[in-house]
Amino acid sequence: MVKVTIDNIQVEVEEGTTILQAARKIGGSVVPPAMCYYSSLAGSGGKCRTCLVKVAHSSARDPRPMPKLVASCCTPVQEGMVVLNQTSHEVVEARKAIVEFLLINHPLDCPVCDQAGECDLQDLSFGYGLEETRYEEDRREFPEIDIGPFIKLHMNRCILCYRCVYLCEQLTEKREHGVLYRGDTSEISTFIRQSIDNEFSGNVIDVCPVGALTDRTFRFKSRVWFLKPMDVHRECPACSGKAVAWMFGEEIQRITGRKDRYGEVEEFICNECRFEKKSRADWVFEGPRKIKRQSVISANHYEKMKKPSIINPIEGTIEQSDNSET
Amino acid sequence: MGKPVLLEHIRIPGIRQFGVYRSHGGYRPVEKALLEMSPTEVGQEVTRSGLRGRGGAGFPTGLKWSFLNRKSDKPRYLVCNADESEPGTFKDRYLMEHLPHRLVEGLIVSSYALGVNTCYIYIRGEFKYLVRILEHAIREAKENGFLGERILGTDFSLEIHLHPGAGAYICGEETALLESLEGKRGNPRIKPPYPAYKGLYDCPTVVNNVETLAAVGPIINMGGEAYAGLGKGKSTGTKLISACGHINRPGVYEIEMGLPVEEFIFSDEYCNGIRSGRHLKAVIPGGSSVPVLPADLILRTAKNEKRLLTYESLEEGGFDSGSMLGSGGFIVYDETACMVRNTLNLTRFYRHESCGQCSPCREGTGWMEKVLWRIEHGEGRWKDIDLLVNIARHIEGNTICPFGDAAAWPVASAIRHFREEFEYHVEYPDEVRVITHGNLVRETRFTGGHPVSGIRFR
Repeated sequence: MVKVTIDNIQVEVEEGTTILQAARKIGGSVVPPAMCYYSSLAGSGGKCRTCLVKVAHSSARDPRPMPKLVASCCTPVQEGMVVLNQTSHEVVEARKAIVEFLLINHPLDCPVCDQAGECDLQDLSFGYGLEETRYEEDRREFPEIDIGPFIKLHMNRCILCYRCVYLCEQLTEKREHGVLYRGDTSEISTFIRQSIDNEFSGNVIDVCPVGALTDRTFRFKSRVWFLKPMDVHRECPACSGKAVAWMFGEEIQRITGRKDRYGEVEEFICNECRFEKKSRADWVFEGPRKIKRQSVISANHYEKMKKPSIINPIEGTIEQSDNSET
Repeated sequence: MGKPVLLEHIRIPGIRQFGVYRSHGGYRPVEKALLEMSPTEVGQEVTRSGLRGRGGAGFPTGLKWSFLNRKSDKPRYLVCNADESEPGTFKDRYLMEHLPHRLVEGLIVSSYALGVNTCYIYIRGEFKYLVRILEHAIREAKENGFLGERILGTDFSLEIHLHPGAGAYICGEETALLESLEGKRGNPRIKPPYPAYKGLYDCPTVVNNVETLAAVGPIINMGGEAYAGLGKGKSTGTKLISACGHINRPGVYEIEMGLPVEEFIFSDEYCNGIRSGRHLKAVIPGGSSVPVLPADLILRTAKNEKRLLTYESLEEGGFDSGSMLGSGGFIVYDETACMVRNTLNLTRFYRHESCGQCSPCREGTGWMEKVLWRIEHGEGRWKDIDLLVNIARHIEGNTICPFGDAAAWPVASAIRHFREEFEYHVEYPDEVRVITHGNLVRETRFTGGHPVSGIRFR
């Protein structure tokens, strides 16, 4: 076990843990945003550079600072390491720059994008984005393509995090899509118009941090904040069958994997569960899905706000609020 | 200068042939190393020589070799980086074209020192004719018993494989080179782990530049001490400088480290002054990636000392008033050169060659090119100059590999030293348009598509 200090908060983690995972152990605003890192995909991370942090002390043995900002998602912690995230001006400035870079060629079509409301890039630009763009040139454009019967690829929105490439390499049997060309015209695409066709391909929609890969069975049907997420499960021979059903009234409009608080899918689900089981009879309902209160998805419903305990200064009593009905 | 070390036999006709090379003392370092020295002694000799990586970073070679993980039971590899594609640098091509056996000899000695039995030369795809030359040299060495099983009757055996790249500048970065060599997309890896621990096929690997490896032969021949006697301070030995631009005699020169820049440009032994009697304006001393320096700062440092061709002297003054020796691509500009157009040209190259893996470099290089295009074509605005500085600062240091820095430095340094030219372009757009387009119909918007993918911006 090694001790690390992140933003003046000390945490003890196992050796070999990355700075990002250590920060996630603390939680809260200490956690650097991650657009390309995905803990269940080996080799992911280090590409988007939004998780850059400053290492003020490399380790207890070598107290020198690291010369450059480092990507927290792929830098392992060392004993006595001191990391600055939110508290460093340099980091915040670099992160603002990265967000600007990510947005200059992004179409900003959130009003018509299916990912809006659950998009990592939206959250990131809310946190670190500039109010106006300094980019006056034309944005690059790619045609939209259908990869397979269920997935639509909008290369315009892509931030090239490579998550879907790693997913297809690691979760499915054969590698079916990858990155073509290079530089600012590099492009996620299928090899020679071969559509993606395997049982777990739908998971690329879940791992995509932006709206580049969207569900064709759900396209333009609704907005996520009008839907009511329910934890559901079913007996599935291929996958765990644990999913989230997004309900509009009594109708299941889409099925996704269960995402944790960092937007990572807990268990990948198969295409049959995701795209074909859209009737209420297919699923066993467990109850409403817990959604972060800050999320726009929970804007209308569900979680009753927890009332804070009220201290009565005159009588000196603490009045416990009743939180039993949530 | 004194006797050339690397290019000693370059003038001898037929030196590419094994027989001629051998009769002029070729492959003697191999005999000396394999028969008289232990691998550790060869390594120590290189450390003693103070040889530094000639590919650009100038990292001490002996130290790099000592990092190689020798405890692992996996095979070890030596990779020769012959993917020389930096604009302005053509020293490795010259060396491989004229003295291919110098490289093969260096590879054998280095492999012996590192305990390597398989060695790869990753050669730039455009150097098709060099592939033939090198393959011929390797075949000849093999026929004469310097490669293959049990070289010179010792237990040491070595195979050299040649692997041409597919024409990507980024594959000159050592981890991208290894990815490409493995048959993957040439994206730089995230370090650590360094190649000395996990390199080619996850095995310990050393990647060295052609010139570095070629210098190992002479070092063994003359002894590390004698090699360290050449040069100045920590920059030991000789360096190939490929001079080009507005000079009277462009070409590859072998210089002893410590030669004053002034002498190199104006002496008739080397570049022989600026063409047509014009004046020196600026120099990029180490290949396009390093900061450009104006005439006064390249000849004398900010402390008013003579600027020498050494790693230290060129770095004197940091980025404010210094540059780097880099890979030795010495580009000279006279007063007719437009620094804005030159910077645009370099930035176009970097945008084209960015691998597109990490966001600052992928988006930033394209953005810089577009802003520079506007300024160069008389569409610039005053705020664009500061915008460029700002973009360059945001790319620098935030990327996976040094490519981002290499793309940002030329822009930042050109604006630092030649700001008035950028301001002129903004102030007098009509004159700039005439200079750029003459009487032709001018383009009004950036239409540069991508040369590889053909994807165009609207």
